[in-house]
Amino acid sequence: MKAKGLYFSSYVLWLLLFVLAPVALILYQSFISINGNFTITNYENFFKIVAYLRMTFNSVFYAGLITLITLLISYPTAYFLTRTKYKQLWLMLIILPTWINILLKAYAFIGIFSQAGPVNNSLEWLGLGSHQLLFTNTSFMLVAAYIELPFMILPIFNAIDELDESLINVSRDLGANKFQTFWNVTFPLTLNGIKSGVQVVFIPSLSLFMLTRLIGGNKVITLGTAIEENFLVTQDWGMGSTIGVILIAAMILIMFLTGEKKRRGR
Amino acid sequence: MVESIITFRNVTKKYKDTVILENISFKLEKGKFYTLLGPSGCGKTTTLSLIAGFMEESSGDILMNEQKINHIPANKRKINTVFQDYALFPHLNVFDNIAFGLKIKKKSKKEIKEKVNEALKMVRLPDFGDREISEMSGGQKQRVAIARALVNEPEVLLLDEPLSALDMKLRKEMQYELRELQKRLGITFIFVTHDQEEALAMSDEIFVMNHGKIIQRGTPTAIYDEPLNRFVADFIGESNIVEGTMMADEQVKFAGKTFECVDGGMEENEPIEVVLRPEDIEVTTAQKGKVVGTVISQLFRGVHYEIVCTDIDGNEWKIRSTKKVKVGANVGLDFDPEAIHIMRFNETETEFYQRLENYQGS
Ligand SMILES: Nc1ncnc2c1ncn2[C@@H]1O[C@H](COP(=O)(O)OP(=O)(O)OP(=O)(O)O)[C@@H](O)[C@H]1O
Ligand SMILES: [Mg+2]
Repeated sequence: MKAKGLYFSSYVLWLLLFVLAPVALILYQSFISINGNFTITNYENFFKIVAYLRMTFNSVFYAGLITLITLLISYPTAYFLTRTKYKQLWLMLIILPTWINILLKAYAFIGIFSQAGPVNNSLEWLGLGSHQLLFTNTSFMLVAAYIELPFMILPIFNAIDELDESLINVSRDLGANKFQTFWNVTFPLTLNGIKSGVQVVFIPSLSLFMLTRLIGGNKVITLGTAIEENFLVTQDWGMGSTIGVILIAAMILIMFLTGEKKRRGR
Repeated sequence: MVESIITFRNVTKKYKDTVILENISFKLEKGKFYTLLGPSGCGKTTTLSLIAGFMEESSGDILMNEQKINHIPANKRKINTVFQDYALFPHLNVFDNIAFGLKIKKKSKKEIKEKVNEALKMVRLPDFGDREISEMSGGQKQRVAIARALVNEPEVLLLDEPLSALDMKLRKEMQYELRELQKRLGITFIFVTHDQEEALAMSDEIFVMNHGKIIQRGTPTAIYDEPLNRFVADFIGESNIVEGTMMADEQVKFAGKTFECVDGGMEENEPIEVVLRPEDIEVTTAQKGKVVGTVISQLFRGVHYEIVCTDIDGNEWKIRSTKKVKVGANVGLDFDPEAIHIMRFNETETEFYQRLENYQGS
């Protein structure tokens, strides 16, 4: 009983120190203007200044695109993985790159996409000429999708893998063809895997800033970049925090929208 | 020649190198109630899966209405299945589970509603349409599974132990209901059960299976009264099996005496096994009995007493009697010549039925 209490209180302490306190601090900071007054000007500015709105739009738009791309690649990949012989090994190989630091991966892509990199070399060899690949939106999204891919595949893989084979048989038994079975049984029963995948990919994608600079060449300014600029360049911690609070609110909203809802009969 | 709805021609099913079903052949007639009966793991579910089309046979042919269906996918076969593990869709409620097949067939909303409600009534769950599957008990789930298959009115309905989770009373009711329905709709039923009483009560014909083979097929009375061998006799009902010798046609020797019986067609002095059903033996006094035995135990079973005796050869005899006896007493066992059934060692089903026909014919 005592040990349990100790365990519990250390957990609460951890939550207080590393989760609640920082969020509270950010919330407090977001009401401090650049002159040090306690106001809501930061929020007013956020919704008044077109640049911020555009950043918000960019963040959501690109995070959405990145999520969509990863989802479109991940679902079939996960589906076929569950049907391979050494599925756990394949899954392991797909997860392996997540252990490498994101910066290292970004630098690797700089090399790959550079003027004299392997992609351009190949293009030239094929007679297609060399192109500016780095610092484009396409390369930014490709790299982001590549990095997020394992996080999308994993929950979908688990959902498909757990699917009861006899439910597929029942569906076929009741006259559904392969496509109808997918649409009426496989897809709805793996929807929770998709939702988790979307959460895990979309939310971090909202505030990507390293990649926007290193691979995207700062062409796309997202909320992540804006926070970094406010804290490190303009030193407007208040505005940075405000954007942070708005991001957190957006994340909670998404969690809520994609979260499991208890289904009730009609 | 009666029209055959399902035919197996030398069907074998293997997993890797293990043979699960070995060279099975049979013809099923339209509109009859068939039961596959056999111990766990003998290949009953496998047989159904082959008919439904969930797996492919390793060799042999499966025919439906005299057409080969080996390569026809499950959704194109006019067959529905009630699964052993229910396999209800967890993301749909009871109504939508049952409506699944009708929706796929693009039936009208009105028709779907009518049929589903009718099916729900049939399985005694009239007000359960809006329930989630997770809110149903095992027996209720099982009945939803039955309704989901039935509502499609297939030509052949496969039922894999569909009543196993029900209590005795409901089970009896559903047995009756299913049998009625089968007769009314003229659907061919292929029913799987462990329960021999259920099989005897419901079937037109029973297939007794063991180790991937059909050991004996026949009407319930044929299988009960004339089991092919020890396995069938033991599996269907309780029986006394003792070793004996066939002295001549209609003369069998066991428990130290020669008795009159109605079987024949064996060789002289052929060693055989004798089957006597417990309810065919009557307890009398030691003087009147054909066999004398000492009572070693007596159990009250409600309707009757279950008495166990041993004779002088050391054979054990199980008897059902409404009369009470004393444990340790010597009693006489009496039975009619018709009650004695003779089984030859290693006789195949074909040889068995051939002999019966020849002998009775002469
Ligand atoms: N996927 C499989 N791979 C290998 N062997 C299998 C597989 N499925 C079933 N078997 C084997 O095939 C045999 C027959 O199985 P089946 O399910 O047909 O038995 P059953 O008669 O339905 O038994 P029960 O009454 O317990 O349901 C069993 O010995 C089982 O172990
Ligand atoms: Mg089975």
